[in-house]
Amino acid sequence: MFERLLEEAPEFFNYHNMIFILEAMGRTLSMTVIGCSVGLVCGLLIAVLRQSNSRTLIPIKFIAITYVEIFRRIPFLVILFIVLFVIEPLMPGTSLLGIATVAVCLLSTAFLSEIIRAGLESVPPQQIEGAKTLNFSFLQTIMLVMLPQAWKVILPPAAAFIVMFIKDTALASQLGVIELTFVGKMLVNRGFSPMLGFGAVLICYFILSYPLSRFSEYLGKRLASS
Amino acid sequence: MHHLEIKNLSSSYGSKKVLKGVTLSVDKGEVLSLIGPSGSGKSTLLRTLIGLTPPIAGQVFIAGQPIDYNNKKNLKSLRNHMAIVFQQYNLFQNMNVMRNVTISPIKIKKQSSEEAGKQAKLLLEKVGMADKYDAYPEDLSGGQQQRVAIARALATKPEILLLDEITSALDPEWVNEVLDTIRVLTNEGITMIIVSHEMAFVREVSTRVAMMDDGQIIENGAPQQIFDSPIENRTKEFVSKILTH
Repeated sequence: MFERLLEEAPEFFNYHNMIFILEAMGRTLSMTVIGCSVGLVCGLLIAVLRQSNSRTLIPIKFIAITYVEIFRRIPFLVILFIVLFVIEPLMPGTSLLGIATVAVCLLSTAFLSEIIRAGLESVPPQQIEGAKTLNFSFLQTIMLVMLPQAWKVILPPAAAFIVMFIKDTALASQLGVIELTFVGKMLVNRGFSPMLGFGAVLICYFILSYPLSRFSEYLGKRLASS
Repeated sequence: MHHLEIKNLSSSYGSKKVLKGVTLSVDKGEVLSLIGPSGSGKSTLLRTLIGLTPPIAGQVFIAGQPIDYNNKKNLKSLRNHMAIVFQQYNLFQNMNVMRNVTISPIKIKKQSSEEAGKQAKLLLEKVGMADKYDAYPEDLSGGQQQRVAIARALATKPEILLLDEITSALDPEWVNEVLDTIRVLTNEGITMIIVSHEMAFVREVSTRVAMMDDGQIIENGAPQQIFDSPIENRTKEFVSKILTH
């Protein structure tokens, strides 16, 4: 087997294959980064909305909670197909990558909003009472008092979630998005040894997720001690 | 006109009624202390006054103006005139001492940071924390945190200051420095309502003492009268219990 690897290696590591793999890696990364960035922003909005006691916001709050509770319970693969079948007829010609990215946004918004909510709720109620009696508005209380204290609770699990998601985007290959896993399969189908094809994919996933998980560990340690 | 007038104020904690029709008036510059057994509603009265616990009945007037606790604007203007210092200090953990004291003047009262900083320095000097501007709450002792909390409350220039058991969470060694700080303030004409278990201190600084029991004020008068010749039996019992140990 080892001999076969050596034999195939020069052909496998040619310029075109490398570009092919790098592009796929870029797609995997962009789905995760765009999806989770949107997820962080929308998740933050939902988490803040859920802290509010405003009566006029109750309907929106209800919709947001329903959304979060439902989307946290659907497998990512199912979300991918739902998004595909909703977007296809509405906007024909949308790229598969775009559809997969939307699916990532939907799911990460639901999960990250819960992580952020848990962070906000970890701030002792006395801090909020202090802010109230000093006449802080709702948003001032969130921005000046709660979020600065909640970050250390939010960041480690949020980073862990994003690292996990780098791997979960592999499911987008089922849709036909040419991301890392898809490319691995294609290379094997072209006749390369699975060891070589999926080995390369494995290394790429590792390169993407290892720095981020180290960073999240570092954050966890640093924030815990400060 | 009384500075603060409370008529028949009631509030509940969950389903339990804690204040049962409190009536009390406080004049400008008065230092009124609330005493009474735990659970009698002293802290709840302060929390209700500053709008942390919503009243279910009764009225509060400040300088003759009725306060509507359901009205945000009203509540805001109330808190512009009234400040509270909590038992657990409640300093913002993510801000240093200076920021804790200047944040409200800058963000809420829209003072320039220079002006707010100058004022904060004066206040922190007054409470004896002039050398700790950059320290964070977690690096300070309880007594130091509480003195910063007092400075933070004063920075909003309150006309009425509520002190909610501000020495109860402190180790004994820090109690006096906090009480000393309050002693200085009692001469400055701020109307104060103090909830405290430090009876010697209460007797010394108060212009009037009110005895609370079971959600009501059952007796109030000059400190000497309350401590030396109380009228109500429950006051007698409470005072004798406290003074004999």
